[in-house]
Amino acid sequence: MDLFEYQARDLFAKHGVPVLAGEVIDTPEAAREATERLGGKSVVKAQVKVGGRGKAGGVKLAATPDEAVARATDILGMDIKGHTVHKVMIAETAPEILEEYYVSYLLDRTNRTFLAMASVQGGMDIEEVAEKTPEALAKVPVDSNTGVTIEKAREIVAQAKFPAEVAEKVAEVMVTLWETFVAEDALLVEVNPLAKVASGDVLALDGKVSLDENADFRQPGHEALEDKDAANPLEAAAKAKNLNYVKLDGEVGIIGNGAGLVMSTLDVVAYAGENHGNVKPANFLDIGGGASAEVMANGLEIILGDPDVKSVFVNVFGGITACDEVANGIVQALALLKSKGEEVTKPLVVRLDGNNAELGRRILSDANHPLVQRVDTMDGAADKAAELAAAAK
Amino acid sequence: MAIFLTKDSKVIVQGMTGATGMKHTKLMLADGTNIVGGVNPRKAGTTVDFDGAEVPVFGSVAEAMEKTGADVSVLFVPPAFAKAAVVEAIDAEIPLAVVITEGIAVHDSAAFWAYAGSKGNKTRIIGPNCPGLITPGQSNAGIIPGDITKPGRIGLVSKSGTLTYQMMYELRDIGFSSAVGIGGDPIIGTTHIDALAAFEADPETDLIVMIGEIGGDAEERAADFIAKNVTKPVVGYVAGFTAPEGKTMGHAGAIVSGSSGTAQAKKEALEAAGVKVGKTPTETAKLAREILGA
Repeated sequence: MDLFEYQARDLFAKHGVPVLAGEVIDTPEAAREATERLGGKSVVKAQVKVGGRGKAGGVKLAATPDEAVARATDILGMDIKGHTVHKVMIAETAPEILEEYYVSYLLDRTNRTFLAMASVQGGMDIEEVAEKTPEALAKVPVDSNTGVTIEKAREIVAQAKFPAEVAEKVAEVMVTLWETFVAEDALLVEVNPLAKVASGDVLALDGKVSLDENADFRQPGHEALEDKDAANPLEAAAKAKNLNYVKLDGEVGIIGNGAGLVMSTLDVVAYAGENHGNVKPANFLDIGGGASAEVMANGLEIILGDPDVKSVFVNVFGGITACDEVANGIVQALALLKSKGEEVTKPLVVRLDGNNAELGRRILSDANHPLVQRVDTMDGAADKAAELAAAAK
Repeated sequence: MAIFLTKDSKVIVQGMTGATGMKHTKLMLADGTNIVGGVNPRKAGTTVDFDGAEVPVFGSVAEAMEKTGADVSVLFVPPAFAKAAVVEAIDAEIPLAVVITEGIAVHDSAAFWAYAGSKGNKTRIIGPNCPGLITPGQSNAGIIPGDITKPGRIGLVSKSGTLTYQMMYELRDIGFSSAVGIGGDPIIGTTHIDALAAFEADPETDLIVMIGEIGGDAEERAADFIAKNVTKPVVGYVAGFTAPEGKTMGHAGAIVSGSSGTAQAKKEALEAAGVKVGKTPTETAKLAREILGA
């Protein structure tokens, strides 16, 4: 889960990374009081999870509380690269900035460890720095069991060749930033820029944090950080039912068991679509191993509730789960939806293979539901589902 | 001969007495796995009856190894306790730990992986978030259905469970030496490369099927390894061509970030290494079939 800047700022502050004061608001009028609290001037910063806010006009100085209201009025509701601004941060104005640096910790999948990255060339896109002047970006592996002590932090700072007068201050930031990374179960903590200001201090002026949702069980505070406004309503409904669902922009609804098989199903449907008016998968939905009638009904309900869906492809490989149970699940799910008054009107193509496939197929044939078609191979079923979606388009 | 797991493997189950552990221990036993014990400190000294097979419960991995000679542990421990369980297996120096558990926090996986390294990597870790591995007709350590396929000469390594099953089913008439599900998490123990190296060295494997998916660069590195080190034919499949950027597709590790981790890049890297890559699982099976002339 990626956080907004103000949420990152709050987590940094909580763990001792030096930041400026700031608070988030969602109405222009609230900018006045917030700015008054900061002594009468502020920076109004659009809160969107995308880079390039400054260039897009989403960051403005306000010299008075009235000006802050005016700037917040301009920025709230603004569209930045497809993201609507619902919140702005009213931040303390930074003292004179002398230099801008970059520091971060992230997961290094390739080497199966964590990585510290640091550069004296901050303030810009770090991928550009990495590409054009790779020698200017220090990358130091961090052992998760020993972590970042002040000695380790000094090593990172030395490798990045920070100027002597800020080296110790940056090293201290590297320690508190590591504490943020570990304590919050983050996958990424990034400060850009880390600014050297006229007083000689260093301050985290902007940052990114991404959190590991697998750690939610020990991070009770993280649920509140979720951006419920931005979630697609179908994704939100699926999440409420504990379904692993991602909305896509095609017409063929997909239900399958197992993440890999579902991803593969999306691809196979997209290929089949090339022969049928370029229809594409409408979603990713993994109902997991069990595939009980209830889970199947929940999944079907979400997918049939998507107005973009013109046909549905249920692709199940029976591993431990037997296909007869899955077939019963489908039949019961359709009955369950009907009893709830949700008449199914879109065609379903079902492919069952693996454990007890014959039995499962017979159950579907016997049920003889007018909208359910059985196709026994994955490629064939994808083709049929694409054809039906194209016909209904 | 197979890789990592044979009929001689002595298997213990950490988390055996939980619901998932019970269910799958029973299935593993039915597949002929030599399960010599379970581990649960609160139930140490008791036994569990699996349709007449009495499996003793030990207080620790070390005790189980000492009393039974166990050399494989399969873990069904819930995410919150998984790190401690894997660390226990590493401390006991069990040669193979198969971590089935889904949903382990990355900081925990990173910690036990670093810990295994600091202890000299005496324990091979498979997973987490994986279906385990099977050597058909000999032993099954995990949740792969044992009756999909038969013993044969294809080696399979895959990030995905259900795609493993699908591929084993498509090629069930030819059969498999071993099939290894390495898992779809951002940090995993055994990689495609480890399995490729083992299959290359296994005289009973004639062809290797490798299944990858979006995220990370493991497939690209595997392609490089294949070009340099693998003489046996390799057939590949990559899932996730239609996955949008920035969205996690089911597996925690299955995410395209910017231009990295795309299925297209993985396919191209594999093809450049001489791997035949199928467009669909069925086409991939067909490619394997053609090479084997079966």
